[in-house]
Amino acid sequence: MSLKNALRAATALTVLTTSATFAETLTIATVNNGDMIRMQGLTDDFTAKTGHEVEWVTLEENVLRQRVTTDISTKGGAFDIMTIGMYETPIWGANGWLVPLDNLSEDYDVADILPAMAGGLSHDGTLYAAPFYGESSMIMYRTDLMEKAGLEMPDAPSWEFIRDAAAAMTDRENEINGICLRGKAGWGEGGALITAMSNSFGARWFDMDWNAQFDTEAWANTLNFYKGMMDASGPAGYATNGFNENLSLFQQGKCGMWIDATVAASFVTNPNDSTVADSVGFALAPDNGLGKRANWLWAWALAIPAGTQKQDAALQFIEWATSKDYIELVAAKEGWANVPPGARISLYENPNYQEVPFAQMTLDSILSADPNNSTVEPSPYVGVQFAAIPEFAGIATEVSQEFSAAYAGQQTVEEALEKAQALTNDAMEAAGYR
Amino acid sequence: MATQHSRSAARLMMAPAVVLLLGWMLVPLTMTLYFSFKRYLPLRGGDLGWVGFENYTRFVTSSAFWPSIQTTLLIVGGVLVITVVLGVLLAILLNQPMWGQGVVRILVIAPFFVMPTVSALVWKNMFMDPNYGLLAHLWKFFGAAPVEWLSQASLPSIILIVSWQWLPFATLILLTAIQSLDGEQLEAAEMDGAPAYKRFGYITLPHLGRAITVVILIQTIFLLSIFAEIFVTTGGAFGTKTLSYLIFQRVLESQNVGLGSAGGVYAIILANIVAIFLMRIVGKNLDA
Amino acid sequence: MARAVTPQRKAINTAAAWAVGLLIFFPILWTILTSFKTEATAIADPPVFLAFDWTLENYGVVMERSNYGRFLWNSIIIAGGSTLLGIIIAVPAAWSMAFVPSKRTKDILMWMLSTKMLPAVGVLYPIYLLFIKMGLLDTKFGLVIVLMLINLPIIVWMLYTYFKEIPGEILEAARMDGASLKEEVIHILTPMAVPGIASTILLNVILAWNEAFWTLNLTAAKAAPLTAFIASYSSPEGLFYAKLSAASTMAIAPILILGWFSQKQLVSGLTFGAVK
Repeated sequence: MSLKNALRAATALTVLTTSATFAETLTIATVNNGDMIRMQGLTDDFTAKTGHEVEWVTLEENVLRQRVTTDISTKGGAFDIMTIGMYETPIWGANGWLVPLDNLSEDYDVADILPAMAGGLSHDGTLYAAPFYGESSMIMYRTDLMEKAGLEMPDAPSWEFIRDAAAAMTDRENEINGICLRGKAGWGEGGALITAMSNSFGARWFDMDWNAQFDTEAWANTLNFYKGMMDASGPAGYATNGFNENLSLFQQGKCGMWIDATVAASFVTNPNDSTVADSVGFALAPDNGLGKRANWLWAWALAIPAGTQKQDAALQFIEWATSKDYIELVAAKEGWANVPPGARISLYENPNYQEVPFAQMTLDSILSADPNNSTVEPSPYVGVQFAAIPEFAGIATEVSQEFSAAYAGQQTVEEALEKAQALTNDAMEAAGYR
Repeated sequence: MATQHSRSAARLMMAPAVVLLLGWMLVPLTMTLYFSFKRYLPLRGGDLGWVGFENYTRFVTSSAFWPSIQTTLLIVGGVLVITVVLGVLLAILLNQPMWGQGVVRILVIAPFFVMPTVSALVWKNMFMDPNYGLLAHLWKFFGAAPVEWLSQASLPSIILIVSWQWLPFATLILLTAIQSLDGEQLEAAEMDGAPAYKRFGYITLPHLGRAITVVILIQTIFLLSIFAEIFVTTGGAFGTKTLSYLIFQRVLESQNVGLGSAGGVYAIILANIVAIFLMRIVGKNLDA
Repeated sequence: MARAVTPQRKAINTAAAWAVGLLIFFPILWTILTSFKTEATAIADPPVFLAFDWTLENYGVVMERSNYGRFLWNSIIIAGGSTLLGIIIAVPAAWSMAFVPSKRTKDILMWMLSTKMLPAVGVLYPIYLLFIKMGLLDTKFGLVIVLMLINLPIIVWMLYTYFKEIPGEILEAARMDGASLKEEVIHILTPMAVPGIASTILLNVILAWNEAFWTLNLTAAKAAPLTAFIASYSSPEGLFYAKLSAASTMAIAPILILGWFSQKQLVSGLTFGAVK
């Protein structure tokens, strides 16, 4: 054994023994998305560095959300770290349920977090959750089909262009649908798309007195435009399509365009999964010339419930998982296209990452979304595709169920909007807003 | 024969079960009643004081309430009819002499062992998906346009999934009952020239009366609270919201525990109405 | 049956029964087959039935991602434990109902069944708070108790119906011989009731194994059974039919095998007093 190796072994040993005295087992609740599953696979690196063990509770998104909400609101303490989104963080932070992340280490470089992300994960200027990855939404389109239709995608198209392009690209014989969009019920599924889309049509969820706005012209325009376009150029059964269904359709070459989460860009350009990997282009989400685009802003972030016994170890984990080093680690193992995107400025300054085809468009999309000013007319809420109030998830799920029923042709758009208006006002009344 | 001594011993032996169940019923029931008169919003700091009957009126006046009752009854009724009818036929078939009887029986009862979540996932993705589902391929094979099962035929789809899960249970109980049928009586009837449908109507079916009652009773208890099958497939959209799903939505999605608790009280009332109704119709068969 | 059946009729029976049996079993078969396909083959158009390159890759991925052994162990302990505890509590109760019946026996039975009608989600918060207070959150013990309580009415009822079939004269004869209550239960009643008890155990293990509300909501990492395992595969990013199938197969295989071996017991044992 060389001296160098012996030294290394000795340091490793001391590191091990010193940390072993404080070694904890962290229980982490997370969502079963690809980036998180990759993180689970890399946990050994964290354990080797700190000595702490990790137990994963991986759940499907909706189940996870209910599970962690029940636990945090009852102070159950079942988890040391929870994976939550931009919707939950400000609400929980305001309730004092999360440990403020205000003493992160120097190396962590908290100033490197994209301001849009840090802003959405803070309450009153205090960061409560560290972004693991962030996303906006954008257009992913088939360059070959676009060319075949004799069209050229602008960098920032309008909804009208998208509708006409979708009609031109549609080829039912060959099972090619001009456009694939989410229609599935659920506030985080079809609800997110239609809300972001409604922003660009000048609609909003609530006026400044928290009155529901579904009786407005802007909402009727949004829904009619969506349904008209999807009936003409969308896939069969779009009323039940969510992110997964559309991803798969796009990967199988059955969509001309798809407007969805920017993280999907790495899936549709991955030749292992996608049959159209080498002919995908990107553009900003469309607008209507009203000054707002139809793109959302979201982050999956790691937070520590207040009252955990293992705060220090939990903080260490968060610093590890959302660090620059972690990004390097993933890049070394899986390539730059697969690192968790959208969280750090430095990633987009990295020349290696700039070569990734969708990097710049992802950043531009993120930068063009502003949760504090998401609607054309003023609104009392924060959030682009949601309103960061506790009642929103429940209301928006029911509203999107009414919308989905309209997409499926079981009721008219007018009926859906009427019901949405009534149930939203009712729920807001129950919550004491009106 | 029962002496005073054995009576008190009997009480003593029943005590643990009765006390435990009494606790299991009373503690949650009391808490549900308590919360139902409260404004209890976990995300807004929990208990925000008494509100009288506000939650009760709000729950019934919601546009989702009556449709949810209807959906509940349709699902329970639909599944009961399908499982009982097919269960009787299947039990008669499986009771016939055949080769490989044991294996066939295993095949038939297998769905009962599958977790509701798994069966919902399998049906939703691998059978009912309009693009990749096996049923879509089958429809296309015959030149028809694939059905969008979970949006266009949402309720029948859920009834189908749940029936698939519970048919084995019905078949098992009915098969056991049919095995105890007196073969000679049937033979005698056949000798007398009674046609098959008459033998079935006058001998087999009456004999199965009690078993059918049991199937209906037990299945109703479980069917009133089905959840995973709806959560996984439609998430309550397209008119598939049952009463228990509506309560789930109020408690967990809207985080309004008070409102959900009031819904829970309504669910208990509905369950009791159904139970009384059942007892009237079929209860006479069940002289426990 | 006394009468001989013609081979022709037997053949028709066999064909019909097998056709129906395979139809009912098909979704499970399809899931198992899909679990051995690659993701691309799993959504191939037209679908491939048997002629594909069988692969164990999906099982490898699932094993690597999840601690299957622990989920399985937790399921076994929770389903087995709650059933055994339920039997221990239910046997005396059912015995006294069957052999020392009173006017209220039927009412008590019905009341017990009615406790199952309280919608679980309505009491999630109360029970969750109770579990925190008692330190039962994410423990197998807590789940054993809850599932035992959920299934106790069914257990009592099933046992009651079996016990009622046992002729009272035997017990009286034993009593004449001076057998005590304890001896009566252990030496006479129990052996006669073993088939019934076995069926009860089987049915309740199945019910407890498949219970997916409390097992999911009252656990985190330590006590989570297979119902939680499947929740991590239910809708990932992308359609992973093959991996979903592999995980599904792993979740249902143990109980399916148990059912396989106990088919006879289930077919003749599930009477609920329906057979006179």
